[in-house]
Parts: sequence; C-alpha cells; structure tokens
Amino acid sequence: MSGLSYETVAMFAQQGGTLYFAAIFAAGVAYALWPRNGEAFRRAAMLPLEKDEDDNVQA
Amino acid sequence: MNHSITEPDRAPLDAVLLYVLTGLLALGAIFATAFSDDRLFRFHGYLLIGAFILAFALLTVALSSGRLRSPQERYADGVIRAGVIATMFWAVVGLLVGVVIAAQLAWPNIMYFPEHGWLNFGRLRPLHTSGVIFAFGGNALIATSFYVVQRTSKARLAGGVWPWFVFWGYQLFIVLAATGYLAGITQSREYAEPEWYIDLWLTVVWVAYLLVFLGTLWKRKEPHIYVANWFYLAFIVTIALLHVINNLAMPVGALHHRSYSLFAGVQDALTQWWYGHNAVGFFLTAGFLGMMYYFVPKRAERPVYSYRLSIVHFWSLIFIYIWAGPHHLHYTALPQWAQTLGMTFSIMLWMPSWGGMINGLMTLSGAWDKLRTDPVIRMMVVAIAFYGMSTFEGPLMSIRAVNSLSHYTDWTIGHVHSGALGWVGFISFGAMYCMVPWLWKKDRLYSNQLVEWHFWIATTGILLYICAMWVSGIMEGLMWREYTPQGFLANAFVETVAAKHVENVIRMLGGLMYLTGALIMSYNLWRTVRLPSPVSAAATPAPALIPAE
Repeated sequence: MSGLSYETVAMFAQQGGTLYFAAIFAAGVAYALWPRNGEAFRRAAMLPLEKDEDDNVQA
Repeated sequence: MNHSITEPDRAPLDAVLLYVLTGLLALGAIFATAFSDDRLFRFHGYLLIGAFILAFALLTVALSSGRLRSPQERYADGVIRAGVIATMFWAVVGLLVGVVIAAQLAWPNIMYFPEHGWLNFGRLRPLHTSGVIFAFGGNALIATSFYVVQRTSKARLAGGVWPWFVFWGYQLFIVLAATGYLAGITQSREYAEPEWYIDLWLTVVWVAYLLVFLGTLWKRKEPHIYVANWFYLAFIVTIALLHVINNLAMPVGALHHRSYSLFAGVQDALTQWWYGHNAVGFFLTAGFLGMMYYFVPKRAERPVYSYRLSIVHFWSLIFIYIWAGPHHLHYTALPQWAQTLGMTFSIMLWMPSWGGMINGLMTLSGAWDKLRTDPVIRMMVVAIAFYGMSTFEGPLMSIRAVNSLSHYTDWTIGHVHSGALGWVGFISFGAMYCMVPWLWKKDRLYSNQLVEWHFWIATTGILLYICAMWVSGIMEGLMWREYTPQGFLANAFVETVAAKHVENVIRMLGGLMYLTGALIMSYNLWRTVRLPSPVSAAATPAPALIPAE
C-alpha cells in the first residue's frame, strides 16, 4: 500500500480526468465538425419534418 | 376459455411479467403494512396496497380479455395521450399550490392555519416545487420523449406494456411524495424530499424508463440518433445517477418511514447541491432542450438552424453543467477552491447555453412571420428567449461578489421562476399544443384565440413575478447588509420581511395569472379533443344539392 498514497491517487484523478474529459470533448467536437458527416447531419435535421403524426410506423 | 385456431391468445410475456410483479408488490405492501408499528409508514402502506391491488385487478381484466398486445407496425400513442392529460392535471395542481403559498407569504396573518399542520408553508412548499418540477415537468418530459423517440426512430416503444408501468409508476411516485409532504414525511433534502422507500420506488420506475427508451433506440430503423434523443437520454441517465447517490441513506427500520443520510456536514451539503444544480441542468434544461430540438423545427416546418451546433451544444452542456453545483455554497464551510470551481464552470455555461438559444431562435430565420400568425410558435420562441435570459442571469448570480448580495433573497426565487415559468413551462405548453391535435387526430386546435389569451396572460404574469422578485430580492439583500454608524445591523430580519409586502402581493398576482393561462389551456385542449375528427367528417356523404352561386 506504500506506493498508493492520497497524493498519487488525487494527482492521477485530477490530471488523468482532465485529459480524459478533454479528449472525449475534443472527439465530440471533431465528430460535429467533420466535413464528411455533413450529409448525414443534413438528413438527420430533416427527421422532425416528416409527416408522421398518424400512428402507423413508417417503413 | 375460447381458443381460436387462427389467433392464439397466449398472453404477451411483458404483460405477464408486469402482472406477476404487481401481484408480488401487492403482497409485499400488505405484509409491510401489517407488521409496521409506524403510523406514517402504515398510511403509505394502505395507499400502496390500494394502488397495487387496483393495478392487479385491471391487469387481470386486460389479460383475460386478450388486450395488452403491442402491434409493432403502430406507434404506442395511448401512453402519450395519458401523459398529456397527466401533464395538464399536475400543471394546474402544482401552480395552484404555488399561488396558495404565495398568498401565505403575502398575507401571513390571514393565510395561517395553525390548527391544520398540513397547510403549513413548510409542508406546502415542497408540494409546490415537486408538483411543478417532477409532476408537471416530469410528465411532460416522459410524454414528449416517448413521442420523439418513436417518430425519430421509426419504431414502436420497446417493452410492450412497460411504458404504461413507467407512466403509472411515476404517478404513484408523485402521489406518495405529495401525500408524504402533507403528512410530514420528508428527508429535508431540497428537491429530493421523499423518504427512502419512495426513492427506491422511483429508482425502479426510472430504470424501466431508461430501458424502454434505450430499447426503442436499439430497434430504430433510422441509422442516425436524432439530437433530441441525445438530450433526453442524458436527462434520463444523469437523473438516475443523481437520484441514487443523493438519496443514499440508512432507514431507522425496515418498516419505518424515517431515514438518515450517509453523508454529513459539508460533504452532505456538496452532495445535495451537486444533485440540486444538476436537477436544474439535466431535468429542467437537457430534457426540455430535447423538446426544443424536436418541436420547434417541427412546428416551424424548418430544420434546426445548425445540426453541427446542436451536437457541440450537447457535449459542452453536459461536460460543464455537472461541475456548477458548488456555486450554491459560497461563503460556507466548502473549501474556497471548490466554490471558485463551481463559479468558474457556471460562467463557462454561458457559451453552450447561448449557443443553444441561438440555435433554437435561428431555426425561425426566414419564417419570422409565424411569430405573428401562430401563437404556439410564439410561445416556444418566448420560451427560448427565457432560456437565454435565465441562463445569462444564473452565471451572473454564481459570481461570488454578486452572490453575496443575491443569496438567500427573493432574487433567487425570481431567477428560478423565469427559468421554470418562462422556459420549462412555455416550451412544455408549446409541445402540448402541438401534440394534442396529432395524438387525437384533429386537424387543428379548438381555438387559436384562446392560445393568444393564454400566451399574453401568462407572459404578463411571468413579468410581474420576476420584476417583483428582482425588486424585493435586491431590496432585502441591501437591507441585510446595512449598518448603522455605530456598526450595528440597521434592520431586524422581520423588518426586511415586512418591507416586501407589496412585492409579495404582485408575485401572487403574477402566479395567479400564470395559473389562469394553464386553466384556459386545459379548457382549449379538452375542447380540441372533443372536436369531430376530420376522418369521420370526410366519411359523411356530401350534400346531394349544391346551391348555385
């Protein structure tokens, strides 16, 4: 147990956590801005506009 | 039993599972009530016995008559219709209780009933907050999320009858919580007042909700998960996490209503406000943003302004919000660095909040004329404007120096209500106005004129409310820090209360106007449901003679 002090754990959680969260966030932004995803996003943005108010599931 | 050959009437597995569970719960409730010597626990025991036996009886009838099937080629809209009705019912109840406690604050001599403990402000106030947040807001979120996830996934809700379990289980949670508050059953945690056994019940319901939602996404026929569903999912997952951790507690006994939190001291305070602020962030913001991202484009008949921005909005919002809680604990035993962390993240929230607001508003670009012609879209646009305003005000109030003036004053109450009445209330009303004609197969609302009345009465009510609270909040904040030349505090606390009388009356009037709007809306929706369906109107034969012109 000698190597696993509070300071070690805290440093790992703080610095590792910062990197981890920053990486996920960067990945999210990259996904959002990736040029090739544009067409999928344009299609997705039209989803609410379909005439689907009746209760039949569309094919 | 009549067994037809063409149609085997084996009961669906999901319904049988629910049936067995309901039976077991009824038995459990009977035993728990019988063996408990705690009067308040037995009171809720009777309520649970009644609810489970009623559910068991209804399931028996439904199962034996061969109902409860889930045709996969049709959307499950019945549970959403029930959700709309529940939303409007709890809206009226929650707002009414709000008006009552506002009147208690405005006229403490007249509205004080010492012989009826359950009418005390301390018991009615959580009834109001839980009533509007969890009963009204929660039902609106569950109903709209069920609508949105089905339409954007092109799949029926997963789980067969279990969406109904989510609906009725959630109503039971509300009734337990509400009756508990009136009877004095509370664990005194802000926005998490229900005691341990009610918390356990909500956990079961919430996990079922999560599974229904995930199951529907799982069988979607659309490759992309529409962004509104991301917001709804973040809301469901995060609330589960917050609810479980904030309510970790040890009951006094297995058959006793009282429990004690596992946390103590400043850790307890931080846990409570980690929960409390993220209830705002994920229940009152993320969930209703899901609503915005579906119903505003749908109603405006235009796609969202920037789909890319909506994704950045999502990730930045959920990454930042979770850290903002400590701003509720400025000038407390919480370490200074933690307070500053909460404050910093609150200020950072300006960016995703305003990004989202701009995204919602700009969806209207090129169709701004709809603001004049369609009161429903105007309501939703004003909701987004209030979202922008209250998410500007919130970070401002989280700054330590501003907080030293605003904290514990009516300013906070005003801030909460500009978010709750303006943003949450109006976006939900807008979604309900959209959904009711779709769900009940009508081609229009009963009256657009009544929507106009609702909109203007409620908007005026909000403005009266928040302006009164700005004035009284800043006034009492200044009075609390006023010193005499000798260095004594200039005002006794009761003097600051007396000074707010006029503002308290105005606040009560504002709330009454908002309630009036909700009553007008309920009438309008009820008349919409009663309208003749366009399909049946088309089926009637046309008149034989057409008069010459």
